[in-house]
Amino acid sequence: MSNKMHIKLTVNGEAHEFLAEPRELLIHTLRERLDITGPHIGCETTHCGACTVTMNGKSVKSCTVFVAQANGADLTTIEGIGDPDNLHALQTSFKEHHGLQCGFCTPGMITRAAKFLEENPNPTEEDVRFGMAGNLCRCTGYQNIVKAILATADELNAAKEAAE
Amino acid sequence: MKDDITREDRVDALGGMGCKRKRVEDARFTQGKGNYVDDIKLPGMLFGDFVRSPYAHARITSINKEAALAIDGVVAVLTAEDLAPLGLHWMPTLAGDKQMVLADGKVLFQGQEVAFIVAKDRYVAADAVEMLDVQYEELPVITDPYEALQSDVVLREDLDTNVPGAHGPRKHHNHIFTWEVGDEPATNQVMDDAEVVAEESMYYHRTHPCPLETCGSVASMDKINGKLTLWGTFQAPHVVRTVASMLSGIEEHNIRVVSPDIGGGFGNKVGVYPGYICSIVASIVTGKPVKWVEDRMENLMSTAFARDYWMKGKISATKDGKITGLHCHVTADHGAFDACADPTKFPAGFMNICTGSYDIPVAYLGVDGVYTNKAPGGVSYRCSFRVTEAVYFIERMIEVLAIKLNMDSAELRRINFIRKDQFPYKAALGWEYDSGDYHTAWDKALKAVDYDGLRAEQAQRVEDFKAGKTRKLMGVGLSFFTEIVGAGPVKNCDILGMGMFDSCEIRIHPTGSAIARLGTISQGQGHATTFAQILATEIGLPADSITIEEGDTDTAPYGLGTYGSRSTPVAGAATALAGRKIRAKAQMIAAYLLEVHDSDVEFDVDRFTVKGAPEKFKTMKEIAYAAYNQAIPGLEPGLEAVSYYDPPNMTYPFGAYVCVMDVDVDTGVTDIRRFYALDDCGTRINPMIIDGQIHGGLTEALAVALGQEIAYDKQGNVKTGTLMDFFLPTAWEVPNYETDFTVTPSPHHPIGAKGVGESPHVGGVPCFSNAVNDAFRAFGLTHTNMPHDHWRIWKTANALGLHD
Amino acid sequence: MIPAAFEYYRPTDMDGVLAILAEHGDDARVLAGGHSLIPMMKLRMAEVPHLIDLQDVGGLKGITVEGGTIRLGAMTTQTEIIGSDTLTAAAPILREASLQIADPQVRYMGTIGGNVANGDPGNDMPGLMQCLDATFHLIGPDGTRYVAARDFYEAAYMTDREDDEVLTAVSFDQPVGGYAYEKQKRKIGDYATAAAAVQIVKEGGKCTSASIAMTNLSDTPIYSQEAGAALVGTVVDDAAMDAAVAAMLGDIDPTEDNRGPIEFKRHVASLILRRAIARAWSRA
Repeated sequence: MSNKMHIKLTVNGEAHEFLAEPRELLIHTLRERLDITGPHIGCETTHCGACTVTMNGKSVKSCTVFVAQANGADLTTIEGIGDPDNLHALQTSFKEHHGLQCGFCTPGMITRAAKFLEENPNPTEEDVRFGMAGNLCRCTGYQNIVKAILATADELNAAKEAAE
Repeated sequence: MKDDITREDRVDALGGMGCKRKRVEDARFTQGKGNYVDDIKLPGMLFGDFVRSPYAHARITSINKEAALAIDGVVAVLTAEDLAPLGLHWMPTLAGDKQMVLADGKVLFQGQEVAFIVAKDRYVAADAVEMLDVQYEELPVITDPYEALQSDVVLREDLDTNVPGAHGPRKHHNHIFTWEVGDEPATNQVMDDAEVVAEESMYYHRTHPCPLETCGSVASMDKINGKLTLWGTFQAPHVVRTVASMLSGIEEHNIRVVSPDIGGGFGNKVGVYPGYICSIVASIVTGKPVKWVEDRMENLMSTAFARDYWMKGKISATKDGKITGLHCHVTADHGAFDACADPTKFPAGFMNICTGSYDIPVAYLGVDGVYTNKAPGGVSYRCSFRVTEAVYFIERMIEVLAIKLNMDSAELRRINFIRKDQFPYKAALGWEYDSGDYHTAWDKALKAVDYDGLRAEQAQRVEDFKAGKTRKLMGVGLSFFTEIVGAGPVKNCDILGMGMFDSCEIRIHPTGSAIARLGTISQGQGHATTFAQILATEIGLPADSITIEEGDTDTAPYGLGTYGSRSTPVAGAATALAGRKIRAKAQMIAAYLLEVHDSDVEFDVDRFTVKGAPEKFKTMKEIAYAAYNQAIPGLEPGLEAVSYYDPPNMTYPFGAYVCVMDVDVDTGVTDIRRFYALDDCGTRINPMIIDGQIHGGLTEALAVALGQEIAYDKQGNVKTGTLMDFFLPTAWEVPNYETDFTVTPSPHHPIGAKGVGESPHVGGVPCFSNAVNDAFRAFGLTHTNMPHDHWRIWKTANALGLHD
Repeated sequence: MIPAAFEYYRPTDMDGVLAILAEHGDDARVLAGGHSLIPMMKLRMAEVPHLIDLQDVGGLKGITVEGGTIRLGAMTTQTEIIGSDTLTAAAPILREASLQIADPQVRYMGTIGGNVANGDPGNDMPGLMQCLDATFHLIGPDGTRYVAARDFYEAAYMTDREDDEVLTAVSFDQPVGGYAYEKQKRKIGDYATAAAAVQIVKEGGKCTSASIAMTNLSDTPIYSQEAGAALVGTVVDDAAMDAAVAAMLGDIDPTEDNRGPIEFKRHVASLILRRAIARAWSRA
């Protein structure tokens, strides 16, 4: 088989170095090599978004990125979005608005939503639905996810205003 | 300080039934700390992957393992030949049939499991899958059940047509069973005598539950202690343990089955799949833990599908619309093996709920199950027991009858509803409906949507269309459904001989917190939240102080699992009753502590008080402590209880849905303008979770009605094997739903709850479909089949001459 | 869904890329965003023993609008196209079309170069490039050559690009007049049932030039010269529209798939084109 490559990644602020086959899919690197199991595998054809992570500032579906491509990248997964003592507003809001059920899509959903709100801090409902259309959920019908994201936007804006 | 607290405060502090308690599950899920099967990693774990058949029907002429085994890191290649000495190359299905674990001589559907590769990781396994040399000789393929019943081609060579199957005699080598309910001669007589008879044939297409997490398992055989542990995507872990024991010969106490977090089930994870068995065998053979996780294509091609019912209906009525009889025949395509997860005595599930919400004096249902070259499965998808098919059938038949009578279908429903005073109502096809108030719900729904206003708007739209002012028609979809859930009474409901009771075991800890374990398993329903609410109300300890645990057969009491909206009706009842046992003992402890007679204290929210002297009380927290630190005469220490609940009847949730839809006759594109859903699920435990269930179920219903299907070509190739073609709507395609409710408690359930998870799917599918059909009613359409995707709607419009 | 093993290269300049291509011929493929190629590799429908990642190759990114010419480096992503105010001012049809491609995550990764070079009839950019009469810049061992988008596509996944060439950029004259990209699809993330790209110039109330291309209605994108010609000299009334649609229908050759039978696709193609022309005309 092919030669292994020397790979360097920064994931949630932590540097990792290892040898891997270039064909290794980033989602497997995260989940199996680095034990970062928040991002999930749902469809494997870039439709469901359960594997969404932020790579160099972009939301990407890590099932469709080779680890070789990601060599040198800076990644954020759900594990880096917040921590138990310092939750991201989205994490609180998804709970508050019942924006999840089985939880399988949730890490990708929140990771994507965090990036989305960075890019569009004042979204309309339509914006949210369009901006989140790369993430499938089978349980919630999206209604409460959309609600949770809109509420987070309001909350973040209010906090920003208060700070200013 | 305690004195300042009102009774209302004490109720609130419990977080019991009826409150919108936030979910305790969410902390881990929102932080990426769920624990799903594919998250499990054990030292030395190997990975299993299937070689699957590219053909829908073929004889296997040879399998050469050499090239696959030559790959570095491949540990084993298992075929039917390897499993045969263990008797594991076939397994029993839940429907009394048997199914190949690995192809034994031939394959019967595309995607069937042929060989199981075990390798050091999933990459090596995938490479070996490519390298396994399997030679096939193609056989004629049958994908149509009507053709199957005429064909000389024998699909199941392992069966003798002359020997009756699990559900009686077989009429043909591709026939599985005939199931009949009701009085056919009497029904035919009513049809012959009727003033009006409407007939329709409809096909409820094959689809798939497609939870976001696919199926998988991790088996770990500990040869030293003789103990097998099996983690997996199991909606019924206890049944899996029993089946695994029966198949493997390992005694049941030496098998531990664990359902960890499950990424959605919707019925897909009820059945037992070859992957589970192969991971077990591979672990036994290799002595190492073996993980098997299917990919999405495998999930869609080989695990339990849903529906695939060809239904022929006749409904008779007086000319003023009073229904006099119903006749239904179904040709049921079960695929290559009959692997429906029905209660044993119900080979077509509860299809005999097809008289719906209506007082129909005479009815008949006949179902013929048929083998074809398609994947096995058959009842799953947010409705385990064919209730979706039944409700779709009757709600379409009502519309067809309304057209025949030239009547408004809302009115037709109203004059035929079972009246409130008729409950408990014995239906013509055998079920006894527990409670209902259909007229109230219907009136509330129609008023909420301004039904008359909608019809006026629709009439205007038809005029505008005819005048060339618009190319969009407007459909008003109605459905009124009666569900049948909470399977079920052990006297007539079992799965593989296991009665369909469920269970709860509670331990109260000395400091007044508790753990309760149940025989069910949440897949997103939020059991850890809602069952704690039931208990909080029943035993007076805060829900936040109660841990709910499910899914580990070593610790949880035996139960039949979570599907068919049975958790609340059955395990929820067990929970309430176990709680009452706790309370009964607590009462004795309280009386002892308060130095009065047992009958002189009464339960009040979170305490027992002396009757007539509420200032004298002991809180449940105090009582819990006393149970462990005081020697109470006549009482054992501790505070524990277990309840196994055998429900006396099913529960019958119901609801009224209205969908307002625009249909572009040129592009076939539909736009859901409004969806109103009124649900009556009896006592409401957590309104927030109920709403969430309804949003989700309606979205799944939308998908099924408007495009989602497992389609095959003539060669038996699956045409919809990835999420490019298998329609799962995104946030962009889904509307906001308006939810509403009435409350008609179940009279036989300890807390009056009926279950809700399936309702929106069961009621939603006919509602969306009726909206599409209704849009074309003014142009002469009686019925068109789902899925109502763009091209099929266009075809309907085209056939009606709307493009001329 | 696991791809077969491959050798991975990440050269830092085009010479490096070309050397690897020269060495391995059709055993080598270049990788841009990978969102067409990687799924094919995962399904083992594309075998790529040598994969050349272009991400570190300089000069392949960027949008320039200069002297009436627009140039997009091959590695420019859909998201960058959508976000470029300069480009949207100069050629708004690109943003309109890009927003209808796949979903946000895919648009972050998907590039114009990958989209046009892959030859997938479901991709939107090839048709759009034909509508804009774009030129594809191909670099190979003998230097750079320029191929018109309208001459580039031969069949599904078959293009004029040689195995040892790399598509480095697309360029086109800044379009004038009204525009529309109209697409019908089953859901977000789906390919088009039918899509139409239209640019129309209106002078003195009449159409003076029109360019029309269709997507996913043949095994290549379809530039329908006659459809455009049918509009020229007219006031884009019903008759002109009918003529354009008729001409387009003569050029497309759709096949049946899960999106529907041939007659439906032809019907939707007609409708989509009418809508696109109407919108473009209203903006002209």
